[in-house]
Amino acid sequence: MELFRAHVLVCGGTGCSSSGSGELIRRFEEQIAKQGLDKEVKVVRTGCFGLCEAGPVVIVYPEGTFYSRIRPDDVDEIVSEHLLKGRIVQHLVYKEKSKEEHLSLDNIDFYRSQMRLALRNCGVIDPESIDEYIAFDGYKALAKVLTEMSPQQVIDEVLRSGLRGRGGAGFPTGKKWQFAAASQAEQKYMVCNADEGDPGAFMDRSVLEGDPHAVLEAMAIGGYAIGASEGYIYVRAEYPIAVKRLQIAIEQAREYGLLGKNIFDSGFDFDVYIRLGAGAFVCGEETALMHSIEGGRGEPKPKPPFPAVRGLFDKPTNINNVETLANIPQIILKGADWFSSIGTENSKGTKVFALGGKINNTGLVEVPMGTPLREIIYNIGGGIPGGKKFKAVQTGGPSGGCIPAEQLDIAIDYDSLTAIGSMMGSGGMIVMDEDNCMVDIARFFLDFTVDESCGKCTPCRIGTKRMLEILERIVEGKGEEGDIEKLESLAKNIKATALCGLGQTAPNPVLSTLKYFRSEYEAHIREKRCPAHHCQKLLNYEITDKCRGCTACARICPVGAITGNVKEQHHIDITKCIKCGSCIEKCRFGAIVKN
Amino acid sequence: MQNDNYQKLAEFIRAHKQQKGALMPVLQEAQNLFGCVPLDVQEIIADGLGVSLSEVYGVATFYSQFSLKPKGKYICGVCLGTACYVKGSQKVLDELLSELNITVGDTTQDGLFTVDATRCLGACGLAPVMMINDEVYGRLTPEEIPEIIAKYRAS
Repeated sequence: MELFRAHVLVCGGTGCSSSGSGELIRRFEEQIAKQGLDKEVKVVRTGCFGLCEAGPVVIVYPEGTFYSRIRPDDVDEIVSEHLLKGRIVQHLVYKEKSKEEHLSLDNIDFYRSQMRLALRNCGVIDPESIDEYIAFDGYKALAKVLTEMSPQQVIDEVLRSGLRGRGGAGFPTGKKWQFAAASQAEQKYMVCNADEGDPGAFMDRSVLEGDPHAVLEAMAIGGYAIGASEGYIYVRAEYPIAVKRLQIAIEQAREYGLLGKNIFDSGFDFDVYIRLGAGAFVCGEETALMHSIEGGRGEPKPKPPFPAVRGLFDKPTNINNVETLANIPQIILKGADWFSSIGTENSKGTKVFALGGKINNTGLVEVPMGTPLREIIYNIGGGIPGGKKFKAVQTGGPSGGCIPAEQLDIAIDYDSLTAIGSMMGSGGMIVMDEDNCMVDIARFFLDFTVDESCGKCTPCRIGTKRMLEILERIVEGKGEEGDIEKLESLAKNIKATALCGLGQTAPNPVLSTLKYFRSEYEAHIREKRCPAHHCQKLLNYEITDKCRGCTACARICPVGAITGNVKEQHHIDITKCIKCGSCIEKCRFGAIVKN
Repeated sequence: MQNDNYQKLAEFIRAHKQQKGALMPVLQEAQNLFGCVPLDVQEIIADGLGVSLSEVYGVATFYSQFSLKPKGKYICGVCLGTACYVKGSQKVLDELLSELNITVGDTTQDGLFTVDATRCLGACGLAPVMMINDEVYGRLTPEEIPEIIAKYRAS
């Protein structure tokens, strides 16, 4: 292998690619060649670094200099100053809002309290190179399993590690493997659920984009443990980069004999195939996902029989989520005791969260289970932008709930989140500030569920629709006494009777906002007022005494609701006003306010 | 060109006929080739794979990525994932719809633009996000919309 004195790592994840990291790579290669450095400096396109807010991100080693929001024109300067003369380009280096300056990855607050296990190779290796993966202990766990361990020993190790499913429900992974192994059949299947549908969650995509071989290796290990010779990865078609890198990884692994017949001369055969989703959220549910792989409508079916007994093509099947699988090779290599020493009593290891919404450092973070929510939002996430007040954080996507400021000190794990009415889900964390209306957020999620409900069972198909209609009335100022009680009763029935996880958890966003923000619902219904000033139909426009009587607002108003004499304070007739907001935009004195 | 596509589809069906669960990959290929899966294409698929037309139609209408009607030259997808929504993507979408004078899912009469409200695109760091074909526009404000659309109209 060639040696280089410096490496330029350019993030090739979806976020940074969207803001032009591909062009940066071309520019770096061109400039490095122009300066005659191409034998000394290597440019690597890596997976996601996590700090998407600062993208496109470039890291230069050996110094570990972290350059952020780099434009193509900045590349020339980095090459001629840093790479040629060894002088770090200070004005392009990432700076934290509270601090003077920072040079390397280790002393950035965003990374300091993180612990990267599932994401260990993301942003470190070139995901399109199997050699780099192997250099970082890749496929060593598979070799160990196939040459030194029996299938039962593998299952025992995973059981003892305490690893639980990272896709949402948190079922112990070892138990799942045990069930599938216990089923007798000539053919079994190992399936990877990469249908990451929760809005605002992108950890699975980042693992697939940044470290696809880890998933393949784990699938082969799982296949060996349960006795499956074929694996399927069901991945969203909306993730083109992930799909491409998976395809490359599968081809490379086949070429190296790490997938296919008689792997490591052990007599074990295993191969992996990709299936693309086609835009249906419900396919993240395991029985629906299998129907989709079979080529049918992605509708769930009642359990039992569980997939471990009768799953894909009616054969025993084990399904694991991407992030779950990404932990497996290390559990095998470092042992169950090491893994179970991380985390809390009943939630072991780490969890990746996708931080988004009203937060300074949007991106992916991985922390040990049990990390306080406050630590994630304020120390890692850098707090709320624009000096606004934190209101809530939504976890668990459309199945989860909103956590208010009073609960910021809870230590996050599966059980603590469930106890306060939310859930871990896949790990999306959307932060909201005082400008976000919680009734509208509940409406937003119900709108999502109604749209994505597959229609097979009545509680979900009709029940969620009725809930949405009530919520729509409330945000439009047509709420009535008794609406809250109706919502609660519908929610209770849907949770108890819906067929699959999608329906059973659909009322959670409503129930959790009712639990912590009931007064907002009441303000909408009784006072026809939106405390967050968000719901357009509930806002009243008013002209204050800052008005100079310039008449600009009266002239722009499309319905003639504004009256007043020149150089005198104007007035809005709220019975005529359609709340279009034109007057506010037109007013040069900031005299018009929404109440 | 169109005939070419029919031939390509027939070849794809032949190559995948024996594969388990072939209907989804075949529909995906048809959607790629034709930009939609109208009834005549569904009939070809049903014949080719030896399944009933109702089954093909059932699957084609279940998934949001298959459309029965052709879409515009530029497909504008405004992300309505949670991260984008709390950062105001609804206002971006409203502006886009009023600029093009259509509703969500529709195509402009000149056949240039289709507007979709998409699921999370996973580019939450750039919220609010819009995609026009493969081009990504991040950290958008409603005010930027007319200029972006004008650029496509001119090209």
